Amino acid sequence: MSYEAWILIIGSMAGITCGVVGCFLILRKLSMLADAISHTVLLGIVLAFLISQSMNGLYMLIGAAAVGLLTAVFVQLLHSSGIQEDASIGVVFTFLFAIGVILITIFADNVHLDVDHALMGEIAFVPFDLVQIGFLPPLPKAFLMLASVLIINLVIIVLFYKEFKITSFDPQMAAAIGIPVLLIHYLLMGMVSITTVASFDSVGAILVVAMLIAPGASAYLLTNKLSVMLLLSAVFGVIAAVVGYYAASYIDASISGCMAMMNGIIFLLVFLFSPSKGILSKRLPQKKLHEQIGK
Amino acid sequence: MLNPVDVKNLTVAYQKKAVLKNVTFTVPEGKLIGIIGPNGAGKSTLIKAVLGLIPKASGEVKIYNKKYRAKDRIVGYVPQRGSVDWDFPTSALDVVLMGRYGHVGWFKRPSKQDNQIARECLEKVGMEGYADRQISQLSGGQQQRVFLARALAQDAKVYFMDEPFVGVDAATERAIIDLLNELKSQGKTVLVVHHDLQTVKDYFDDCLLLNVETIASGPTEQVFTMENLHQTYGGKLAFLEQGKMMVEQK
Amino acid sequence: MNSIMLMLSDANTQWVLVGTLLLGLASGVLGSFALLRKQSLIGDAVAHAALPGICIAFLLTGERSLIVLLIGATITGLLSAYCIQYIVSSTIIKEDTAICLILSVFFGFGIVLLTKVQQLPSGNKSGLDAFIFGQAASIVGSDVKVMAGAAAILVFITAILFKEFKVITFDPEFAKGLGLPIGFLNFLFISLLVGVVVVGIQAVGVILMAALLITPAIAARYWTNSLSKMIVISGMFGAFSGVVGTMISALGQGLPTGPFIVVTATAIFVISMLFAPERGIIAKKIKQKIYYKQLNEAGTKGRVS
Ligand SMILES: Nc1ncnc2c1ncn2[C@@H]1O[C@H](COP(=O)(O)OP(=O)(O)O)[C@@H](O)[C@H]1O
Ligand SMILES: [Mg+2]
Repeated sequence: MSYEAWILIIGSMAGITCGVVGCFLILRKLSMLADAISHTVLLGIVLAFLISQSMNGLYMLIGAAAVGLLTAVFVQLLHSSGIQEDASIGVVFTFLFAIGVILITIFADNVHLDVDHALMGEIAFVPFDLVQIGFLPPLPKAFLMLASVLIINLVIIVLFYKEFKITSFDPQMAAAIGIPVLLIHYLLMGMVSITTVASFDSVGAILVVAMLIAPGASAYLLTNKLSVMLLLSAVFGVIAAVVGYYAASYIDASISGCMAMMNGIIFLLVFLFSPSKGILSKRLPQKKLHEQIGK
Repeated sequence: MLNPVDVKNLTVAYQKKAVLKNVTFTVPEGKLIGIIGPNGAGKSTLIKAVLGLIPKASGEVKIYNKKYRAKDRIVGYVPQRGSVDWDFPTSALDVVLMGRYGHVGWFKRPSKQDNQIARECLEKVGMEGYADRQISQLSGGQQQRVFLARALAQDAKVYFMDEPFVGVDAATERAIIDLLNELKSQGKTVLVVHHDLQTVKDYFDDCLLLNVETIASGPTEQVFTMENLHQTYGGKLAFLEQGKMMVEQK
Repeated sequence: MNSIMLMLSDANTQWVLVGTLLLGLASGVLGSFALLRKQSLIGDAVAHAALPGICIAFLLTGERSLIVLLIGATITGLLSAYCIQYIVSSTIIKEDTAICLILSVFFGFGIVLLTKVQQLPSGNKSGLDAFIFGQAASIVGSDVKVMAGAAAILVFITAILFKEFKVITFDPEFAKGLGLPIGFLNFLFISLLVGVVVVGIQAVGVILMAALLITPAIAARYWTNSLSKMIVISGMFGAFSGVVGTMISALGQGLPTGPFIVVTATAIFVISMLFAPERGIIAKKIKQKIYYKQLNEAGTKGRVS
């Protein structure tokens, strides 16, 4: 497959998996926690490397999922000790991220990971980093990681769709009918962690936040049905990835940065023009009403 | 005879404040029971502790003589309003359908039959015309009806309802009470947190007067007395004068 | 020990220490208000959103003058804060999502611009990427004067408007009743917050700047129930973190400053959380034990009235 096709495929897969997971984050008001996790997985990746002395993707997934969950647990601990939630998040993620950055700079010589790469990703190099599994042709590592994570996420969401839905909508009721609310919470956090890691190589730690939150936020303004919201969000994720790539090659700038920007532009359009919840459509009926009253 | 709810010496504390102390009461089957007490008396806390949503410091709770497990699905719960996200992308019918989730079980989707039940429940509360409305586009009273329909869809034996009449107009209140009486006639037990002392005698067969401790519990005409109200509400005089009228009303 | 003495005798290091000290002080003070107003994470978004402003300023002027860069950062920082509030007030999107969205999109835009800057012949050595993690060592004497001056002004304004900020933070409705210009005060506060973030990013970096707003303030909250004391303590914690973090990072070659400042602040926070008298975890546990004992011994009446 061509170089360009790989980038488009990988970007789109990141768009789908982030978009779908992001919807639940928005609905459960956990966006900032996702932002926090996307930062702290850096520590997980560094630790996985320092312990295993290899850049094996599997170790990285495990390390990232572990530190991601740790982040969620720390935030929960601080929050339940009486600190307001936004501040708990702020304290935990900045600390873990700071440790990650310090470790990288101290072990800079043997860590084949530089901070800029971790933050911004380098989707442009992704098609060259091939691995061979069994008798399959050599495939890009990022493709394999994203494909596995996408499948895992979709399977979990399909299996636990109604549990995710009810714990987001009405956690008290969910607990009352015996749904393990906390377990579902940590399951989602685990999904966020592995999604972040898998997207990490391609789009980087911070821009993955844009891919997680922006498509869902746009979809949220367009529909009153959860299933439609998930679908729209995935579609927006793909559009942003594809258009973002072409925009980046046109202006010759960071691909992941352009994908994040495209996500912002899609949101802006929806924000203005959404038929039911956009700000223009809200203005129009009022204006009509004023005109009618004026007559 | 089996009692639907049996609570012995229940004590619950948030951090370092005891909110319920040694609460003891039993509830007979097939009755409408009012839970009455001032704000902060621990009424919501009591319901949550009985349902196992918050840990108890000590004491014992039995539902039909067994320790309650959510998967027995014999308890329905209508939380105090405002505990949900009104902007959630979901319709009235969808909310009612959530009442079936306990029955549907893991990994499965609600069936056609579940859908049918949800529609019927929506009809019972007179909301069938609003099935596809997003829930933030309903009035307060309509939202309350939807949540009641969701509880009906749970098809439980014991219901706990936390302040279902708050923010509801007289017609809706009447409709809700009729529905509760219908549940009662089907042999179900309904516990309702209630604030309006004027209607207590009309609505409830039994009462639980609560203020951190149990003040009294039993049949309304025996329990709903001036003296007990005095104990429950403390020194709120003007309020109690009103109470006196209500006690003597019948 | 020797190396520390040597380091402290270096004139540039002294300047940098003064700069981070004042910065820590200012962010501790403003962070306390931000915390109580539940706007800590807006500071995070503003910090990320400063990146495109810095790059635009550089692309327009073609030179790395700190004042120009900071003006650019202030403009995009304010714009991001405004966008967040506009999205929250005009749609069903909640604040956390709006913050996240604006933060990541602005940062993405910043990254795009940064790649363009690095393609310029002058851009390579512009050192703009030092803004991402903060590099106090890259701060020169003239920069410090700008930083110190700005930080001092921010603290001064906060001090003279202390009681107005206190009222609008605690009870905005009541403040309106007093006839205070709420809209203006809110705008002023956000501007001060943007100001401190912008001043801090060169030393601490856009990603970790939020910590300097949040962590000292949270730590200070454990030691007192009085707002004025909290602000003073928070300012001191911030200043201490700034100085210690800078010194540690100066010990090694090419160590970034921001992460060490954050780690120092977090250490102060953990100590406060555990050991503060009255509000600390250990003190609370002991009190709870005593209370439970009393509860069991005497059947005290605890009804509400
Ligand atoms: N999550 C909580 N943490 C701490 N205290 C609480 C919490 N929830 C309720 N309380 C306290 O418990 C007491 C009883 O509350 P609640 O059961 O809601 O009262 P009611 O429903 O009777 O008005 C109140 O004093 C309230 O302040
Ligand atoms: Mg209550």
